[in-house]
Amino acid sequence: MTSLRIAVPRGALFSGTLDLLDRLGIDTAEVRENDRKLLFGESGIVTMRPSDVPTYVEAGAADIGITGKDVLMEQSEREVYELVDLDFGRCRMVLAGVAGEDRAAEALRRLGVVRIATKYPRIAARHFLQTGRQAEIVEVKGSVELAPLTGLAEAIVDIVATGTTLRENGLVVREEIADCSARLIANPVAHKLRANAIDAILERIHAM
Amino acid sequence: VASRLTFTVVERIPSGTRDVLPDEMRELRAMTDRIREVFGAAGFGEVYTPALEYEQTFARANLAGARPAYRVFDEHGSVLVLRPDMTVPIARLVATRYAQSEPPLRFSYIAHAYRGIRPQRGQSREFLQAGVELIGSPGADGTAEVLALLCATLDAAGLANYRVGLGDASLYPSLLEALDVPASGRELILTELAAGDFVGLDRAVGQLAVSDPDRDLLLRLARTRGGPEILEGLTGAPYEALGGMRDVHRLLAPEVADRIIFDTGLVRNLGYYTGAVFQVYDPAYGVPLGSGGRYDELLGEFGRPLPAVGFALNVERLHIALTAEEGESPDGDSLGSSAGAELPGTPPDGELPDAGGHR
Repeated sequence: MTSLRIAVPRGALFSGTLDLLDRLGIDTAEVRENDRKLLFGESGIVTMRPSDVPTYVEAGAADIGITGKDVLMEQSEREVYELVDLDFGRCRMVLAGVAGEDRAAEALRRLGVVRIATKYPRIAARHFLQTGRQAEIVEVKGSVELAPLTGLAEAIVDIVATGTTLRENGLVVREEIADCSARLIANPVAHKLRANAIDAILERIHAM
Repeated sequence: VASRLTFTVVERIPSGTRDVLPDEMRELRAMTDRIREVFGAAGFGEVYTPALEYEQTFARANLAGARPAYRVFDEHGSVLVLRPDMTVPIARLVATRYAQSEPPLRFSYIAHAYRGIRPQRGQSREFLQAGVELIGSPGADGTAEVLALLCATLDAAGLANYRVGLGDASLYPSLLEALDVPASGRELILTELAAGDFVGLDRAVGQLAVSDPDRDLLLRLARTRGGPEILEGLTGAPYEALGGMRDVHRLLAPEVADRIIFDTGLVRNLGYYTGAVFQVYDPAYGVPLGSGGRYDELLGEFGRPLPAVGFALNVERLHIALTAEEGESPDGDSLGSSAGAELPGTPPDGELPDAGGHR
């Protein structure tokens, strides 16, 4: 086992992360068996929401962590090192709207501003700023697909893996914003003071 | 039994500022008193400069990550700023008040600076810095003197487990120039390096029109940190590029050299650094405690071209790290405890996970 404390995201990246840790020789059996416990002393694993991983790693409460590029883009001010693209949990950050007539384009043309529902308000705001369009960002916490169906917004910014959820709700991708995948991040001080332990993990990942 | 506290907040204070009450103040004061004594004994006379300066004073320096955040107008309509650091005011002071003096000049300060950062633990918008500037002492000699004083200051502050990262701000730019990388590519690479985005760095370096060995070298240097042995083993331009760090290492006393982590990927986001750069770490705290480096061009911007080097420590962070070092449990295993650090003389803990044993 390593001597590092590792922040592990529950949710979509959870099983991919545990598989990776197994291949690194870190015992995840206890984590797999127990979905309520949060801190696993033996293996150094702590589990949390993916969006909390940068918080723990930035503060040094965890030395390294695994989280999605979507989370890192949304929290771009966090001072963490992004060490390697782990090549799982691939998805795309997209702008999507109801199939058929493009209501977002219609709103922009006639009202000058489009309403965008998203769990990623900063990524959405940056995308519209960079493309020179005005947007009103509506932050929601879940089921973003509901927003354009109920008239809360004309379009959404969200991550899409297979596209099934979009299809089932009659939505189509209008624009691609970024490619996302799981990343290994490190606390900048741990990266210097625990260099050997962190480099040993990186070497194993590169050898895979 | 938990009690319910009822307070009525009467007046708020600005985000990122805070009040200091006697218990904390006593500890902070004791620490700055010890630091002041070390500065004085080393011949670094204490100065104080105005918290408000003209905006144009700071416009002379390339401040990149530490631009002034707070501005006011004076009665003539001139723009004043709250100083974001003490190095630029001291550069101004040297050029104006010591225009004829024979270098080297040695100054210290314990003073507040102001930045528009995101407030969190140890990250105030008004923060107390303790630092020195050594003006007119070029090259490795000046750098080594300031590194020794930095370690003496951290000892006096009471920290046991600190380490000092030593890099060279000119290393990567000079290598990129030697490889004929165009300015746009250089910029992107240095930005990714300063941000610690190694995935982005891989992508940026991958796009360069350079040979595979050169590409590998650029990526490897960005990740290399460790003992003085990392400065050896190269040939040609890369070996030459590490000469500055080797010269500094040669001049360090053993107890200082033991504290140093040589780090060829260390790039500071303060634009005025020209050579050696340092950053102070403590295993008890996940944020650097302070930083410094060599800025040989800055004084020239004020009309007194002299090489210079200095450091600034964040007193609040020193205090947090000291408290954490005092309170840590011996069996902790993340950065929250110094037990995890690879201290001087201990064998590397890089054994692979299946080597067994919890360190």
